[in-house]
Amino acid sequence: MIRIENLSKSFNGFEVLKGVSCEVATGEILALIGGSGHGKSVILKHIAGLLKPDRGRVLIDGIDIWSLTRSELDQLRSRFGFLFQSGALFSSLTVFDNVAFPLRETLKISEDDIRKRVLTALDQVGLRGAEDKYPAQISGGMIKRTALARSLVGNPKIMLFDEPTTGLDPVIAHTILNLIQSIHKAYGFTGVIVSHELSRVFQIVQKVAMLYEGVILTTGSPAEITASQDPVVRQFVTGSLEGPIKIR
Amino acid sequence: MTWIRKLGASGLFILRRMGRMGLFFTKTCYYLFRSPLKISWVLKQIWFIGAQSTLVIFLTGAFAGMVLGLQGFYTLNRFGSTALLGPMVALILIRSLGPVFSALMVTGRAGSAMTAEIGIMRISEQIDALELMGLNPYRYLVVPKLVAGMIALPLLTAMFDVIGIFGGYLIGVNLLGVGEGTYFGEMVNYVDMQDVLGGLYKSFTFGILITWICCYKGYYAGFGAEGVSKATTQAVVLSSVLILFWDYVMTSALF
Repeated sequence: MIRIENLSKSFNGFEVLKGVSCEVATGEILALIGGSGHGKSVILKHIAGLLKPDRGRVLIDGIDIWSLTRSELDQLRSRFGFLFQSGALFSSLTVFDNVAFPLRETLKISEDDIRKRVLTALDQVGLRGAEDKYPAQISGGMIKRTALARSLVGNPKIMLFDEPTTGLDPVIAHTILNLIQSIHKAYGFTGVIVSHELSRVFQIVQKVAMLYEGVILTTGSPAEITASQDPVVRQFVTGSLEGPIKIR
Repeated sequence: MTWIRKLGASGLFILRRMGRMGLFFTKTCYYLFRSPLKISWVLKQIWFIGAQSTLVIFLTGAFAGMVLGLQGFYTLNRFGSTALLGPMVALILIRSLGPVFSALMVTGRAGSAMTAEIGIMRISEQIDALELMGLNPYRYLVVPKLVAGMIALPLLTAMFDVIGIFGGYLIGVNLLGVGEGTYFGEMVNYVDMQDVLGGLYKSFTFGILITWICCYKGYYAGFGAEGVSKATTQAVVLSSVLILFWDYVMTSALF
């Protein structure tokens, strides 16, 4: 279970998060929605322990991640999978080596076992045959799928997706979201997804939280959010130009 | 009062940055001794910092030695001491010019690339990805470069010295007519082991200095391409200045 309590964070004097609180139950996927630059990715990085909050805390299964030692935090992180906005593949490694990297470096298993697990992960994301290509030789969609394979290969218990479909054409974006849905069904991870593909994302998540002006404005099921009469939520979900949301 | 406030703010900013640099170096040393060394990563870095710098070291070493031979001959000729050309070229190269020139060349060729590589990894979230795998970026990215720098710099300096001495020989003996036996014979009389070791100690510390500054600047690179480009420029400038400053400190301490 992920629990965020009163999380605040400022960058260069600008307060991005002003006391965010929310909860994701085990096995559930939460969609975190809100305008660009409102701090959704910042929340994900706090959950992963990449950023330290100014105030508040993040609890993973009841443990405050900033109360852990470095090695305990590293151990906790081995339960995480994180799909970065850019993919964050290592440019000097092939697709195969990128996916194999966490296994080689964190587990003491044979190269044969690594090969089997990597090929299974690449099969899941439809990338068999691209093992020997470098990130610079593949498309944006393939980079995202390789990154997805890399984050899944260690069988994570918690998955964090930072705009997994940004910059992809609608068909590839749909494929990626379908993949996330099928993998969630297969492995039952707890997840948080940041995305602007609201209609499609609402089909694969159990809960939605809307971030607005540094706080969680509302949470609810996808149906509740879609039917919300709150003017901010309404404007954001419909994409209307008229309403209280200020364009930055 | 405003200028006092500005001065104080600048002072605090510089102190904070120096503290961060010091902390970066301390952490690197901690992981150097605490975690097992990634030998294959170190070898890869020795190849990159050392082996791939040999051509530039060969060329600069040869020309530096040739210039020293030429200038040294005309200067010594005024005092009728051209027999001391060999020791003069050797001492200048071994004690100072070799370590400094090698370090500056490595900064320009490999140091800037180190900053750009780590900076790009920072802005493209590759360093975050490493951390999320439970892997320590210091151990994977910085420590191998530091160790490679400590090994490669003394080797490159030794190479620079030897090539420089032969560059001086080419000019002094073949072009200007100093006797071959005099050139090398006097060198044996005037250059002792302390000179050679002093030069190598210097280059060892330069290896640490370059990798520290260049990795630090990349690790804390700003946003986007501009951030990486700024970090690379700052890394080269700061490393070069510190090499010359540290050369002075080491020279006064060693010789």
